[in-house]
Amino acid sequence: MLKKLAVAGFVIVTFIMYSLHQRNEGSQAAQKVPKNQTNTSQTTAPSSSAITPASSAANYKDGSYTGKSSDAFYGFVQVRATITSGKLTDITVLDYPQDRDTSIQINDSALPQLKQEAIQAQAAQVDGISGATDTSRAFTESLGDALAQAAA
Amino acid sequence: MIKQTRLIMGMPIVLMTPDVSVTNENIEEVFTFFKYVDKTYSPFIDSSIVSRINRGAIGEPEYSDELREILAIAKSTKRQTNGYFDVWHKGNFDPSGIVKGWAIAEAVKILAKYTNAFYVEAGGDIQVSGVNDEGSPWQIGIRNPFDRHQNIKVIALKSNAIATSGTAIRGQHIYDPVQGKELNEVISVSVIAPSIIDADRMATAAFAMGVKGIYFIEQLDGYEAYAVMHDKTAIATTGWHRYEVKA
Repeated sequence: MLKKLAVAGFVIVTFIMYSLHQRNEGSQAAQKVPKNQTNTSQTTAPSSSAITPASSAANYKDGSYTGKSSDAFYGFVQVRATITSGKLTDITVLDYPQDRDTSIQINDSALPQLKQEAIQAQAAQVDGISGATDTSRAFTESLGDALAQAAA
Repeated sequence: MIKQTRLIMGMPIVLMTPDVSVTNENIEEVFTFFKYVDKTYSPFIDSSIVSRINRGAIGEPEYSDELREILAIAKSTKRQTNGYFDVWHKGNFDPSGIVKGWAIAEAVKILAKYTNAFYVEAGGDIQVSGVNDEGSPWQIGIRNPFDRHQNIKVIALKSNAIATSGTAIRGQHIYDPVQGKELNEVISVSVIAPSIIDADRMATAAFAMGVKGIYFIEQLDGYEAYAVMHDKTAIATTGWHRYEVKA
């Protein structure tokens, strides 16, 4: 039980530290900033902070643990954590918006075949960055729950 | 350049304008609106409308005009995406996927009272107007889902929006319970549209569709998209390159 609390606590504390960091940044008054200076620091994904303690620190019991289903923006996210030799070795997303019981009709033959390319890093300066953050909170919650079980 | 960031609704909200006539009060008005949205529509807050609907504490006759407006957007999105986008999931009401885009659109209306050059972002979804502090279109990076310190595309936006939907999780496996196999495909989809509500809801729907998503966007007029796959390749719609800033 103590161990369970400790793990849950660690996840929560990491998340709070992240939040405080964000708040700090946000409390700065309107100011002139050079382009792109704050972009990298403001977008830390909470999900990654949940993975770090798991893979580096605690000794979990081997097995697969299913976290609770958590609200994401457009559905539910539920993850299963797999522990091998006391370490988090895999995370499987069990429940995702892809489970919708629907199908989309697209007439592929009427559309041009779109080309696939390798992704490539771009060095140019930017004003802002678009990226996916929307399911990270639900992911963190479900993973935290799964790891609490693994530690129990 | 005025730039402010706050953490509201569990995500960074970023406001920028090169227009120095915009006051702190103007900026504060926008943040105050986002706080109101969080309080009112967060599924994580017990007293929110969303939580009360899920508890059965309020019914349709008591819905506010604002909520009806959000539900109307949700309804048309569900129809346009063949049900891939639904604010009802397993008996639970969660309009967050619409609220985020709607909130940015409302924030845009507030800022537009004070200036015609601005950038509004909520958690990676962005609507811009006019130009940046160099007099150029706003330069927006598309984050590498495999390395969040890197951009894999840079696009120029003037008075339109971009939203990215995806996992934000590296090396994630998505299991398809219908087909009973692991999907090894789309990691993120970025959609450019004239308005953030459209960009946001179509990015969400396209991501949920998997590999078909990019073709779904291809057949929509006025939309372009860039989908990043699990094997570090990407597919763009045919008009996407018009927004690209070449290195």
